[in-house]
Amino acid sequence: MLEIQNLHASVEGNDILQGINLTVNPGEVHAIMGPNGSGKSTLAQVLSGNDAYEVTEGSATFLGVDLLELPAEERARLGMFMAFQYPVEIPGISNAYFLQAALNEIRKSHDLEELDSLEFRGLLQEKMDLVAIDRAFADRPVNQGFSGGEKKRNEVLQLAVLEPRLAILDESDSGLDIDALRIVADGVNKMRNKERGFIVVTHYQRLLNHIVPDVVHVLYKGRIVKTGGKELALELEKKGYDWVKEELATA
Amino acid sequence: MSDHDVSIGDAEYAGTRVEQSNRQVADLANQEYKYGFVTDLEADTFEPGLNEDIVRRLSAIKGEPEWLCEWRLKAFRHWLELEEPDWANVSYPPIDFQALRYYSAPKRDKKKLNSLDEVDKEILETFEKLGIPLDEQKRLSGVAVDAVFDSVSVATTHSDILAKKGIIFCSFSEAVKDHPDLVKKYLGSVVPPSDNFYAALNSAVFSDGSFCFIPKGVKCPMDLSTYFRINAAETGQFERTLVVAEEGASVNYLEGCTAPQRDENQLHAAVVELVALDNATVRYSTVQNWYAGDVKGKGGIYNFVTKRGKCAGVNSHISWTQVETGSAITWKYPSCLLMGDNSVGEFYSVAVSNMRQQADTGTKMIHMGKNTKSTVISKTISAGEGNNSYRGQVQVMPKAENARNYTQCDSLLIGDQCGAHTFPYIEVRNNTSAVEHEASTSKISEDQLFYCKQRGIGPEDAISMVINGFCKEVFDHLPMEFAVEATKLLGVSLEGSVG
Ligand SMILES: Nc1ncnc2c1ncn2[C@@H]1O[C@H](COP(=O)(O)OP(=O)(O)OP(=O)(O)O)[C@@H](O)[C@H]1O
Ligand SMILES: [Mg+2]
Repeated sequence: MLEIQNLHASVEGNDILQGINLTVNPGEVHAIMGPNGSGKSTLAQVLSGNDAYEVTEGSATFLGVDLLELPAEERARLGMFMAFQYPVEIPGISNAYFLQAALNEIRKSHDLEELDSLEFRGLLQEKMDLVAIDRAFADRPVNQGFSGGEKKRNEVLQLAVLEPRLAILDESDSGLDIDALRIVADGVNKMRNKERGFIVVTHYQRLLNHIVPDVVHVLYKGRIVKTGGKELALELEKKGYDWVKEELATA
Repeated sequence: MSDHDVSIGDAEYAGTRVEQSNRQVADLANQEYKYGFVTDLEADTFEPGLNEDIVRRLSAIKGEPEWLCEWRLKAFRHWLELEEPDWANVSYPPIDFQALRYYSAPKRDKKKLNSLDEVDKEILETFEKLGIPLDEQKRLSGVAVDAVFDSVSVATTHSDILAKKGIIFCSFSEAVKDHPDLVKKYLGSVVPPSDNFYAALNSAVFSDGSFCFIPKGVKCPMDLSTYFRINAAETGQFERTLVVAEEGASVNYLEGCTAPQRDENQLHAAVVELVALDNATVRYSTVQNWYAGDVKGKGGIYNFVTKRGKCAGVNSHISWTQVETGSAITWKYPSCLLMGDNSVGEFYSVAVSNMRQQADTGTKMIHMGKNTKSTVISKTISAGEGNNSYRGQVQVMPKAENARNYTQCDSLLIGDQCGAHTFPYIEVRNNTSAVEHEASTSKISEDQLFYCKQRGIGPEDAISMVINGFCKEVFDHLPMEFAVEATKLLGVSLEGSVG
C-alpha cells in the first residue's frame, strides 16, 4: 500500500533523508528504530505532507497514488495518519469539535454522509473508552494543558476515531506510564486488521512486546541500514546501535 | 495626573514573517464582499452640504419638537469649533463635510406605516437578501428587529408583544414623537453633544436609529436588534441608539451593519448611549461588516463611532461585545462609566483588519463607584496590509475603593505586511484598587495549520479553526445566532489569507 523508493528530503537546506526504500503491505506492522536525529520524524513528516520539508529525489506511492503530488489534507483523506511526536495545541477549539470536523472531511471525500454532533458524540465516547481517556477530555481544547502522556493518548484516540488505512506512530510510547503504555498498545492492537498498515517509530523494545511488528528497520543517517524480524528489536535493546554502525563501516 | 499614575506606554509590534503564507496573502485580492449590492430606490435626499439651515430642515422633515431642533443647533455650533481628531493610529485623506448629504430616505407616503405590508417590497427584499427577514413569521425564535435603511428606520418587528410588558422598542423618530419625555431625559446623558468631534456632528444631524426602554423589573423576553444598512451614495449615516434599562431590568441588544460596495468612501458616525439603573443589565453586541474597500484601499466605510454605557445604579452591569470585520477605517471605543457601587463593565472584542483596513479600537473603563469591576478582552487579527491598534484606557477615580480591572489584549498576525499595536493608558488614583494588564502577540502557527491538515481539514478551514479558537473567549459572549454569523464572517473576511 505504501511504496517508497530512493526518497531524499531536506529541511532548511540540510539533507536529512538520503535514499529511503520501504514497502509496507496492508496488514503489516513495520517498526522503525534508530538513534536520535537519524531522520525518523522527518520521514513521518515527509510522508504526511509537511511542506516545511522538501523532497529532492525519489518517489512514494500510497494506495497507487503519487503521494508526493498531494497536499497534506488529501493524503489524510486518502487514509494516511500520523500520530505526532510533539502534538500541537489548538487553543479555544474543543477536542470533540476538532475531531468531528476532521472525520467529516474524511467522510465527505469518500462520499459518506457527515455525522451530526449527536452521532459523533456516541462514536467518540466509544473510542475514548477504547483508549481509556476520560470523557471530560472531549470538551477540553485540543492538547492544551494536557500532560505529555495525555497528549500521546489523545493522538491514539484520534487514530481510533479516524480509522486510517496507514497509521504512522511517531514515538507514541514516549512519556507514557506503564499502564498507559499497555492501554495504548491494546488500542492499537484492536485496530490491527488485514487492511490497515502501521509504521511504528520507537526507541524501546517494550512497546514492541505489546505491538508485535512484522518487520523491524534501523534508520541511521537518513538511510535504512538494517531490516529484520522482531528479534532485531531485541538485539538492539541488548547491544545498542554501535554494532550496526560498525557493520556499516566494515561493509 | 496624580502620583499614582501608572503608564505602561506604547508597546509596538511589527508584522512577523510567515514565509509560506505570503503567496496566499496575495490571494486575498480575490475575496468578495457579498453584501455589496445597491438597491434601486427612489429617495428623498438633501443636496450636499452642512449648515444651520440643513439642520433645521432635517429637524422639520422629521416633525421634531422645538427643543430637539435647538439641541441639534447647539451641537452644530459646537461642532464648528471643534477640530477633527488626529490622534488615532489611522490615516486617510481629509473628509469634506460639505460634500456629504445629511439626509436620504426611501420615498414613500408620509403617513406612518401600520404593518410590514406597507414597507416597500425592494426594502423587504434587501433585508431578506442580507439574511434579515423582517417578516415575523419567518424569523427564527424571538428576536425583535429594527431595520434602519440609510437615514430612516423602515420597520420594527414584535413591538406589540414587547409593549405588553411595557417595553418600548421603536425607531428613534417614533420615540421622539411618542415618548418625548423619556428621550429628553436620556438623550445626551451619556454622550453629551460636546463630547467629541463626531459625537457633536452626530448630535446635529442624526437621522434615525433605535430607541429601547425596559421598565423597572422587566426582563426583556427576547433579544432586540437593530440592523443598519447604508444604501444611498454620498450619504453620511448618523444614527443614534439609546437603550435604557430601569431598576432591575435587563436586555440583550444586537446590532448588525452592511453597506454596498462603492468606490468612494462613506462616513458612518453613530452614537450609542446605554443607561443601566440599579441592578439593571444591558448586554450590547455588534457584528460590524460595513464594506471594507478593495485590496488597494479604494472605497469602504469610515466607521467613526462613539459608544458609551453608564452604569448609573448600584450593581448595574453593562457588557459590550463586538466583532469588527468590515469598514475601511474603524475608530471606536465602547466604554463604561462605572458610577454605581458594585457595578460591572465588560468589553469583549474581536477586530479584524485585512487588505488595507485600519482599525483603532478599544475601550475606556472609568471606575467611579466602590467595588466596581471591569474586564477587557481584546483580540485583534491583522492580515494583508491591515493595521490594527488596541487603545484602552482604565481610570480609577479617588473614590473607587477596591476597584478591579483585568485587561487582556491578544494580537494575531497573518503574513508579514500587517501590523498590530497596543496602546494601554492606565491611571489609578485609589491605592486599594488592582489593575492587571496582559498582552500577547503571535503569528498564526504553521504547526497548528499542518496539524489540522494532517487530520484532513483543508487549509481554509484550518485557518478559520485556529482563528475561531483564538477568538473563542469573545464569541462565547455573543448570543447563539450572532456567534454563528461571526464565525462565518471571520472565515469570509480572512479567506485565502493563509493556507
Ligand atoms: N527544521 C529543521 N531545521 C534544521 N534541522 C532540522 C529540522 N528538523 C529536523 N532537523 C534535523 O534533522 C535531523 C533528523 O531529525 P528527526 O527529527 O527526523 O530525527 P529523529 O530520528 O526523529 O530523532 P528522535 O529520535 O530524537 O526523535 C536532526 O539532525 C534534526 O536536527
Ligand atoms: Mg523523532
